[in-house]
Amino acid sequence: MEFGTSGMLNEDGIHVDMDRLKKGEVNLGTSIMAINFKDGVILGADSRTTTGAYIANRVTDKLTQVHDTIWCCRSGSAADTQAVADIVHYQLGMYDIQNGRRPTTQTAAAMFQELCYENKDRLSAGLIIAGWDERHGGQVYSIPLGGSLHKQSYAIGGSGSTYIYGYCDANWKEGMDEEEAVNFVKGALQEAIKWDGSSGGVIRMVVLTKKGANRHLYLPDTQYSVRHQ
Amino acid sequence: MPGFDFSNVNRNNALHARGVPLPKATSTGTTIVGCIFENGVVIAADTRATSGPIVADKNCEKLHYIAPQIWCAGAGTAADTEFTTSLISSQLELHSLSTGRKPRVVTCMTMLKQHLFRYQGHIGAYLVVAGVDPTGVGLFTVHAHGSTDKLPYVTMGSGSLAAMSVFETQWKSKMTEQEAIDLASNAIQAGIFNDLGSGSNVDVAVITKDKTTLKRGYIKPNERSKKQKSYVFKRGTTAVLNEKIITREEISKYVTVHELKGDETALGEKMDLDV
Repeated sequence: MEFGTSGMLNEDGIHVDMDRLKKGEVNLGTSIMAINFKDGVILGADSRTTTGAYIANRVTDKLTQVHDTIWCCRSGSAADTQAVADIVHYQLGMYDIQNGRRPTTQTAAAMFQELCYENKDRLSAGLIIAGWDERHGGQVYSIPLGGSLHKQSYAIGGSGSTYIYGYCDANWKEGMDEEEAVNFVKGALQEAIKWDGSSGGVIRMVVLTKKGANRHLYLPDTQYSVRHQ
Repeated sequence: MPGFDFSNVNRNNALHARGVPLPKATSTGTTIVGCIFENGVVIAADTRATSGPIVADKNCEKLHYIAPQIWCAGAGTAADTEFTTSLISSQLELHSLSTGRKPRVVTCMTMLKQHLFRYQGHIGAYLVVAGVDPTGVGLFTVHAHGSTDKLPYVTMGSGSLAAMSVFETQWKSKMTEQEAIDLASNAIQAGIFNDLGSGSNVDVAVITKDKTTLKRGYIKPNERSKKQKSYVFKRGTTAVLNEKIITREEISKYVTVHELKGDETALGEKMDLDV
């Protein structure tokens, strides 16, 4: 492993340099979001992962399935968020088998929160959990860096989200139909990609309803207008 | 209290802060690539190992065996890629024996990422995992911190940018085996010629449903040519200004003298001389 060349010595002679710890880590400098709509939820994300200035993957899938109709959007460290999502994926699988019923989105969100809060000083993970269950319908939860848990009607995250607070606030409507909702997510992510250098590539979406999970893919060469897959 | 003693960590950090350099590890400042084709996968690597600005090995092996149908290309710290791949290879064989099934590429990738994540990037192994298993063809990258990517073509190491530029301009879906081998070896050559950390030869491994072929030294674009002239100086080139003879009996007072028989050399390895 490489170490930084700068040496910062504290008063007590202990080397303290937090940046040194995770040098060269793969980052998800990201634009992610999840929203509620009439029939369920929609998750959306860009597809760029970076190591410093280099794009390590231009077609990343940041929308990760942790159960049949419970998914999450990942932002922050790729390694940390993959590890957390893998653990919750396992835990939800066990929950389903042991209790003989599907976990609720809230249960999944609580599992994510436990990991993110208990390991807050070791992790850099910003997650949005969204899911559909028979009891509550569609739900969106957000877990920012400190490990707090927020139930929201819609959530945005990642470095690109700072550019679309205004867009989302101005265009948000409660109880949109699917087409309106897809256009809201797509419009917001297009702006985030346009203004944020760390976001880019394709737009991926997952629509979660009573009917299950449905994937969308929009490519930049058609200004994200044609749906593939 | 049993356990590890971490007291030297603070000492080392304090020394480092005062400008004492850290010991240098041999790193494979590398170009490694992988590419999926019609019914298999190909991985390739250069063969240069470096220690700082020194070429530590001109023809090292960066293609590691995991299982008969799963191979791994390694960049980063040479020792870490070597030990990590052999550890996972061992665990995967035991896993395969206890389940009675052929090992899978995803299993290998998951074991690698969980191992590397546990060590928080301190194990400097950057890997390209490739193989064919009963579920199909697999190709992944695993970074030292434990993150993974799944792509149809991948590059890693210091020469990854040069290699990726070849893939991004020439890659197409549904390639034949030979097309994929040519593309991968061209990508490695881009690394060899344009990246200082990469050099020497191209190693290639081709994995299909039926067999695995390791092509060691598939391309050798840097063969040492025969010198056009002899640079040996003739005897007497340097003038002898004075001469003094010290007898064995004399020197035996200060050092132990061993008698050698024939043409054997005392201690250490024999050196190659340029003729």
